[in-house]
Amino acid sequence: MNAAFRPCPEREPLLHGLADGELDAANALALEAHLGSCACCSAAFNEIVDQKALLRRGNLRFYAPASLRGRALAAIEAENEAAGAAVPAAVPDRASPVVRPRFGLNRGAALFSAMALAASLVLFVWSGSNAPGPDQELAAAHVRSLLAAHLTDVASSDQHTVKPWFLGKLDFAPPVATLEKEDFPLIGGRLDYIGGRVVPALVYKRHGHIINVFVWPHGKGQAATRTMDGYHILAWSSGGFDYAAVSDLNMAELQAFREALEKEPSRP
Amino acid sequence: MRDARFGQAGRPACTIPAQRKAAFEAEILPHLDAAFTLARYLTRRSDLAEDIVQDALLRAYRSFETARADNRGAWLMAIVRNCFLTWKAANGGHRDRENCAEAQVPAAGDWEEAAEQSTPESILLRQEQSHALRAAIESLPGQFREVLVLKDIEDMSYREIADITGAPIGTVMSRLSRARKLFAEAWKQTPASMETRS
Repeated sequence: MNAAFRPCPEREPLLHGLADGELDAANALALEAHLGSCACCSAAFNEIVDQKALLRRGNLRFYAPASLRGRALAAIEAENEAAGAAVPAAVPDRASPVVRPRFGLNRGAALFSAMALAASLVLFVWSGSNAPGPDQELAAAHVRSLLAAHLTDVASSDQHTVKPWFLGKLDFAPPVATLEKEDFPLIGGRLDYIGGRVVPALVYKRHGHIINVFVWPHGKGQAATRTMDGYHILAWSSGGFDYAAVSDLNMAELQAFREALEKEPSRP
Repeated sequence: MRDARFGQAGRPACTIPAQRKAAFEAEILPHLDAAFTLARYLTRRSDLAEDIVQDALLRAYRSFETARADNRGAWLMAIVRNCFLTWKAANGGHRDRENCAEAQVPAAGDWEEAAEQSTPESILLRQEQSHALRAAIESLPGQFREVLVLKDIEDMSYREIADITGAPIGTVMSRLSRARKLFAEAWKQTPASMETRS
């Protein structure tokens, strides 16, 4: 912050509170009135707001690697298995609890994930033929998309760029909407392979969370919400299309996303 | 569900662990990226952040049925923070400083690039800026770094940050004010900041 614009010292934390929307109405009103008359506080306030915007735009979140999720779930499985014999909540704090739990835990855990993998492979074979998008495949496609540089084949926030990109690659034209105003910006599109066919995936973003929306023609009309490996899957059909949205967003926000998408007039 | 407590008395594990795991996946795993982000900024190292988060998830799993359920995100963040502090105490604070330079080299595939820009050039520029911003955040002392990450990256409320860090709200506000000032100073010294100012 520029030294030339030193705000009134007693008001400085309040400026941050105002910028963060954390002040009550009375304090906010009083401070806003003060900003009208004090150039220093006003300049400092603007700097705070600009800096918040810079950090928000800066894409500064980190995404947990998919392997971490798998390892954690495997460790939990191992713990569940041991729960009959051991006393889970009373595990002692070792001096250094984080000394590579991977190796100690994972001999058992590895066996487990191998078993879990085998189980999910069986499910794949059994459900792959009829359902257009088995949950495992949807979740797996979502995870794959989060691995580096797999998110989008066409990266654009413009529906007029994304939509034509699909033409000639699919035998139908998926509806593409820009939900910038609703705070679900479109960031691109991708082709994926689910349930034995090529499926378009539209990628949206919400506060650093990624939403993958898979689209099929010929809506069969079953709406459902499911959870798979901690990812939420929201399925619905509308306007002759089946949709499945997959994200780590909570279900309420995913529902809000669906509503925003349904309201958008850009239908094919 | 009170099995976490009574399970200790030797109740055999049958279908209950599966239900617990499902509930855990639905309630806790949605906050995984937030937890990883906090751990990554606290440790400034990706491998360590993974270990911390894995440890935190296991602890969360052990107690999540008996803990308050109204704000799982903040609760998990508090556990991540505790795991980090435990690790730091066990390994001595000195490594935290010394690894600073190493920490600023981001691991490949560690984070998703901003895909909002469409040309390769603008994506590259954007990536460079993200790197520089991250480096500026990582240069802050720990207690300021954590409030900045919780507020300006994870967008948590003052109340939540106070709960996570165990500090009064007034302290959170003054730390945040200081953290933003320190960040502004660090950012001004970064070459990448010139591009955004012009």
